[in-house]
Amino acid sequence: MILTLNGQNIDLPDGLSLKDAVSRFTKTPEHVVTEINGKIVAHTAWEKTSLSANDTIELITFVGGG
Amino acid sequence: MNNDTLHIAEKKFSSRFLIGTGKFRNKAILKESILASHAEMVTVALRRIDLERHEENILAYIPNEITLLTNTSGARTAEEAVRIARLAKAAGQGNWIKIEVINDSKYLLPDNEETIKATRILAAEGFVVLPYVSPDLYVAKRLVDAGAAAIMPLGSFIGSNMGLKTRDFIKILVDEIKLPVIVDAGIGAPSHACEAMELGAAAVLVNTAIAIADNPPMLAKAFAQAVEAGRAGYLSGLPAQRPLGEASSPLTGFLFE
Repeated sequence: MILTLNGQNIDLPDGLSLKDAVSRFTKTPEHVVTEINGKIVAHTAWEKTSLSANDTIELITFVGGG
Repeated sequence: MNNDTLHIAEKKFSSRFLIGTGKFRNKAILKESILASHAEMVTVALRRIDLERHEENILAYIPNEITLLTNTSGARTAEEAVRIARLAKAAGQGNWIKIEVINDSKYLLPDNEETIKATRILAAEGFVVLPYVSPDLYVAKRLVDAGAAAIMPLGSFIGSNMGLKTRDFIKILVDEIKLPVIVDAGIGAPSHACEAMELGAAAVLVNTAIAIADNPPMLAKAFAQAVEAGRAGYLSGLPAQRPLGEASSPLTGFLFE
């Protein structure tokens, strides 16, 4: 399924859980915070949240900053 | 804990020196600098993860006991700042937020009006809000009303290292505002940090000067020492400047008639 991830079009397996999606892109999922279609999804809900085609996903984490 | 602790919201800090974590050449030097400075609060930012490169997370380089102050850099409006703050809270690293709303890429000046709006919204949601603003008395008073936990007025432009260009205006805030005044931005040398503390600032935040120095950990330590020296200077009651000379040695008993 095609969806938008961090502003890019990306093809992920149908019905992929948010948890599995996050672990594809980071080694430290505990420090990542996610939004699906503008809504924050809590860590506790990642496993049971399945992604759908055309979803807009944001995977965000801490970086250095002043 | 010494008896000159910095109180912000529910926390007490022994150190009045805050360090920003941006622009460091590598994360190991960042960690060394944080440790050398004994800073107890550091700023971080939130960004999209890099999908291609699985970079090591910066949090691994920041000691656990340090308070994280997440900035809302990237926000151009109050709404964007609020969104970033809520994301920071959802990330489970505390709810201390430095509001940074900037719309100009030339001078990087804060949008005071949007900052006040964001402060009001976030303070009402229980965040500990430290807004980054121009040192303007009316803005500061509105931030107090809006529920800010401290005020962070700029010393000079972010990254400019020009020092305390806004000295006289920061002094006004120190004298008139009851909240801690944390000077942030443009502090380029330990002497600038010392000067800010001598004026009566509660704390100082430095990022660029340390990150881009030849020896960041050494400079981080120097800044921390300067902040201590300036604070002691302030507490000890600095004498006023005089326009004329006044002898330091006795005016009697001279050897020569």
